Amino acid sequence: MVGLLPLRVRGATSVRRGKVLVGPVDLDLSGAGTTVVMGPNGSGKTSLLRMLHGAARLSDGQINWSCDAREARARQAFVFQRPVMLRRTVLENLVYPLCARGETRNRAVACARDWAARVGLAELLDRAAPNLSGGEQQKLALARAMIIAPDLLFLDEPTAALDGRATREVEAVLQQARAQGTQIIVSTHDLGQARRLADEVVFLLHGKVHEHTAARVFFDTAQTPQARAFLRGEIVE
Amino acid sequence: MGDLWAGLAAAFRLLVTLDADLVEITLRSLHVTLSALVIGAAIALPLAAFLAVRRFRWRRGVIALLNALMGLPPVVVGLVVYVLLSRSGPFGVLGLLFTPTAMIVAQVIIIVPLIASIAHQSLRDLWSEYHDLLISMNVSQSQKMRTLLWDSRRALLTASLAGFGRAIGEVGAIMIVGGNIDHATRVLTTAIALETGKGDFAMALGLGIILIGLAIAVNLAIHWLGRTEAEGRW
Repeated sequence: MVGLLPLRVRGATSVRRGKVLVGPVDLDLSGAGTTVVMGPNGSGKTSLLRMLHGAARLSDGQINWSCDAREARARQAFVFQRPVMLRRTVLENLVYPLCARGETRNRAVACARDWAARVGLAELLDRAAPNLSGGEQQKLALARAMIIAPDLLFLDEPTAALDGRATREVEAVLQQARAQGTQIIVSTHDLGQARRLADEVVFLLHGKVHEHTAARVFFDTAQTPQARAFLRGEIVE
Repeated sequence: MGDLWAGLAAAFRLLVTLDADLVEITLRSLHVTLSALVIGAAIALPLAAFLAVRRFRWRRGVIALLNALMGLPPVVVGLVVYVLLSRSGPFGVLGLLFTPTAMIVAQVIIIVPLIASIAHQSLRDLWSEYHDLLISMNVSQSQKMRTLLWDSRRALLTASLAGFGRAIGEVGAIMIVGGNIDHATRVLTTAIALETGKGDFAMALGLGIILIGLAIAVNLAIHWLGRTEAEGRW
């Protein structure tokens, strides 16, 4: 099976109602574990992730995966900043993506129980998902994304609304997924989280990629003044 | 005031004696309306889901039309169905005029826009909530529609009950296409119209009270079966 990466993005732009959300973006992702997309609010992190995932319309430019675009799409999963819960039980939420792909019900349920246990939701399988707490919902969303064993996982500020403990649990799942070879693209404006997770960093400002380097290089010797200011904790505009 | 008491007494008498005619027309009312409801919901609910999920050129127009047709005058529907089913009409060979089937056809036409419009409102809200997730999961159009229909089933029950309410109390269309024939197409509403015309207000009121009681009973039964208020908020 051909891998998804390297990914080649050329001049990709996403426009909505005449406003450029992100782009034009030139980016090459070759598959170095976890890519962290950083930048202040409104810099286009969410739009970039959605555009790469194919959830936002590509107004201009090209996004080329190493395999067929349809196939690439089927091998990705996305975790939203505000988790979307199906109005069903936790178990049914986990089973849903598998059954939608034609998996048999029995195998889907077994897989769902396994993933619920991995993210600490085993006790809550029969609860209605929309009634869970914010942290539980985000863990469920992560498990629901991981359950299809995606080759590439997008996460849009997955821990922005979570406390320290829930953040640690989410990051543990991500580290484990990375160790098993899943590519991860995660956006965050939490510097600590970026340092913990990143193999490489994409620094985004005003909808454009300002820097794209290995994590070590970025955190020690960022090239652009804006990135250095951002790393110092200053407010970048 | 005296008429009202007489009406209550008539209703009581009819119920206690289980009047054979009353049982017959009540069962026919239920048969016609519930058949129309099942067929109408089977058309309207998938249509509503389709309108929520698909973007096509005339979508807004179709939705506006459905909303407008919620107020479709039953008499006109009855008239059109009459013309279509009459001997000289295109479906005359079927011999359906003045049968319960013709009444069901007319009622389906009346309630489909109503059920579809109300259902579409709630499906549209749910779709805006689910949109990103289902797009991301790459599910097919029919899977999207099925997911929406299943996850908003409580709201769809309410939409269907609105359709039931409109159909059970409807008289104009079924009077025209059914003909209010005794032992063939007489139902509660047409019987009330007849008794009123004859000047037997007590009987008419008695039937009216039974009709209201029937509508309430069916609503309660469906809510109880669906356990609408018992759990969750959907």
